[in-house]
Amino acid sequence: MSSELTSSAPPSPVSAGDLRTEEMLLNMGPQHPATHGVLRVMVRSDGEMVIDCESHVGYLHRCFEKHCESVSWLQSVLYTDRLDYLTAMGNNWGYCMAVEKLFGDELEIPERAEYIRVICQELNRIASHLLAIGTYGMDVGAITPFLYCFREREKLLYIFETISGQRLNYNYIRPGGVAYDFTDEICKMIRDFCEYFRPKVTEYNDLLSANQIFKGRTANVGVLPLETAIDFGCTGPVIRGSGAPRDLRKDQPYGIYDRFEFDVITGSGEAGTLGDCYDRYICRVREMEESIRIVEQAVKDLPGGEFRSPKIKQKIRPPKAEAYTRIENSRGEVGFYVVSDGKDISYRTKCRAPSFHNIHVLPEISRGHMVADLIAIIGSMDIVLGEVDR
Amino acid sequence: MATKEAQQELIARLQGAFGDRIAEVDLEVLDPFIRVAPDDWPEVARYLKDDCGLNYLACLTAIDRGKDEGFEAVYNIERMDAERLQLTVRIAVTRDEPNIPSVEKVWGTADWHEREAWDLMGIVFTGHHNLVRILCAEDWEGHPLRKDYKSPDYYHGIRNNVV
Repeated sequence: MSSELTSSAPPSPVSAGDLRTEEMLLNMGPQHPATHGVLRVMVRSDGEMVIDCESHVGYLHRCFEKHCESVSWLQSVLYTDRLDYLTAMGNNWGYCMAVEKLFGDELEIPERAEYIRVICQELNRIASHLLAIGTYGMDVGAITPFLYCFREREKLLYIFETISGQRLNYNYIRPGGVAYDFTDEICKMIRDFCEYFRPKVTEYNDLLSANQIFKGRTANVGVLPLETAIDFGCTGPVIRGSGAPRDLRKDQPYGIYDRFEFDVITGSGEAGTLGDCYDRYICRVREMEESIRIVEQAVKDLPGGEFRSPKIKQKIRPPKAEAYTRIENSRGEVGFYVVSDGKDISYRTKCRAPSFHNIHVLPEISRGHMVADLIAIIGSMDIVLGEVDR
Repeated sequence: MATKEAQQELIARLQGAFGDRIAEVDLEVLDPFIRVAPDDWPEVARYLKDDCGLNYLACLTAIDRGKDEGFEAVYNIERMDAERLQLTVRIAVTRDEPNIPSVEKVWGTADWHEREAWDLMGIVFTGHHNLVRILCAEDWEGHPLRKDYKSPDYYHGIRNNVV
């Protein structure tokens, strides 16, 4: 009797046998809030697991290099702002250093300008790391640190506005010096900020660095071995998080960085494995303290005198030469290869952007992780698509 | 900080190992460079990475040298340590046959560098596993950084307003 009943019952429309369990192609971005811009990642996933992924870039390509071939050397500085728009000072400086290298010994940068450059670059590094830390917390579910970070960043942007008239795209560091001089008022603002900012780092550590949930999301995730990091050209906090103290400010001090005392922060795997997301994050937090140290020393020693070389006029014509320079920006080494044929427009300008390579390594370190961890990994790379796509 | 002597020593070592195949050495310019022929490049690259320890390809710049000169690829290679020994390698190719063997197997970072150089300058990196455009759209025509490049009047029906 009972067997008759079961055999006549209709087959279940949702039996497990009908479930498709094959791999799935998941398209993340380019319009996705967690990709920090217009990054598109194609993910091959098995359920929640990332089998493989590939990043597609170029959605923000604005032909920076082509533009530089049609505007003058000084006008090009303006375009460098828009590469890594969170650390425009570093881009300005990197480009200007390349142009200044073309001039050779002919061009001397005034002492005061060198100090101002260091101060601006380090303050900008703090502003950039604040945003990186804040948004990273938000990526993995902590909203509050973001608000705290932006509170301090706002003060910095106000200082930058006073210095250069702009909050983000400064166009401040120019070949031969800087655009405007520092006033006593600005120096006081910076000194006050340093004093104000020091205890704040403790707040971030209490809120985020020591947070068990945050550690759980970032420790042992996205482990980047040092060899892979070097092979893929990773620089900045990404390679330092993997344990190598590679910082151009120490390795090849440009400007006047050899006059300041500061430490190069490296990851140590304190929360999990060496080179994981937490290590990259904590490097940024501690680097802010080192930056404050440099700024304090620089403001104290700021000499008087010229703030830009009188040799630089509205039109400059660097001698026929080629030069490659790079500096340590917030995200890593930003390099500029410039070719001059003696005219007032560059023959070729090439920008080597750190984020371009930091994001290239993404597939190597995200295989085998959960899709949600992929967000944590992208966030820990702290990419700016403006400089990836140029 | 790497000294000029260390760099010259490295170049001398390369000349010892490869002889005439290091086609040109210029120590007078701002960034001293060596020049090799495209065919010799994979072997030199391997030697630089494995024997000389230059494990970091920092930058690859493709330059259009003009109508008669052809293209040039400039590799800025470094050793990723406190000393940062640097070397610049230049490889020239003709306009008709802009082929350079890929070194993505030597330095992982060369993958995207080469894709970018192909995309914007049209240098073909032979042996590259996935030489497709990286910055421009897939259906973009031409290589924008070439000096003889003409931008299209229309792209998908959108008029080009640049004069």
